[in-house]
Amino acid sequence: MGLLTSLKDSITRVTDGLFASGEPKRIGIYGPPNAGKTTLANRIARDWTGDAVGPESHIPHETRRARRKEGVTIERDGKEVTIDIVDTPGVTTKVDYEEFLEHDMEKEDAVRRSREATEGVAEAMHWLREDVDGVIYVLDSTEDPFTQVNTMLIGIIESQELPVLILANKIDKEESDIQRIANAFPQHETIPLSALEGQNMDEVYAKIAEYFA
Amino acid sequence: MPEVTSGDGDDSTPEGDVDDGVRVDMISGARMEGLTSMEKIRLILDGVREGNIVILEEGLSPDEESKLIEVTMTEISPDEFSGIEIETYPKSSTKEPGLFERLLGNETTQKLTVIGPANQIETLHKDENLISALVSRK
Repeated sequence: MGLLTSLKDSITRVTDGLFASGEPKRIGIYGPPNAGKTTLANRIARDWTGDAVGPESHIPHETRRARRKEGVTIERDGKEVTIDIVDTPGVTTKVDYEEFLEHDMEKEDAVRRSREATEGVAEAMHWLREDVDGVIYVLDSTEDPFTQVNTMLIGIIESQELPVLILANKIDKEESDIQRIANAFPQHETIPLSALEGQNMDEVYAKIAEYFA
Repeated sequence: MPEVTSGDGDDSTPEGDVDDGVRVDMISGARMEGLTSMEKIRLILDGVREGNIVILEEGLSPDEESKLIEVTMTEISPDEFSGIEIETYPKSSTKEPGLFERLLGNETTQKLTVIGPANQIETLHKDENLISALVSRK
């Protein structure tokens, strides 16, 4: 099994090399709602281009359209990669407008927001099947990672044979449990970080350069 | 009592007084085998939108799961349909198919899958060997 896994990894790397070109890699930032995807996208974009990607919020589904920041060049340890960051809406199998009412929203706004959210998730799933070259999968390390959405999304990403980097976000919080995420997806490396506080971003950039270059 | 159908090729839908309970459709792998991805998704969503719990003996492929999420999103409508709850056993890390299984097409997608309306089914516990869910009436 170990030999087969190594062989598979070697073939994947060779195949990736064959398709490597000067074109920027389109890297989708995926994950469940409120994992900190937009905070991460903004952190990366600000660190390397000075601009942000989109507004951040504690209200679920703040990002309701996939947003792109093009031509972000990341350089670490002699490796350089230029990526287009695609910040996607949090993937879910259900959206109930009544959840937004809990955030002091009028019904009309809540219904509009939920409609936009459903369109955004559908769009994100389509992107995943057709339009991304790699995935940064962001998880909130204070939450249980053994959810159906995470299991399905990682399965979908693996079936597309896309390179994936799993990030355990929000390590600045006391309840953070990085090992729980590592245990949930042992077939992938888990990188801890706090996108909000900028903790461990050096390792994140090194891994982005390594995985997607 | 829940009404259970086996899906043995007969397309007729048994009529029952579903107001008295929750209907459970257990769909065999054989029933799903000859269907296209969209036919499978339609079969699932039509059942779920009627308030039924759909149990698939062999589950969906990752690509079909992706399309199921996409189509579900397009059908969500305020006060009518808020989406689905779906549960499968998490993939065991010790059962990951090897390269040759995948090259030879022997990779199986077999995994019992439970799908229901999001407002009627709540997962209480899930691990590699057990899915425990609470199902309520509409």
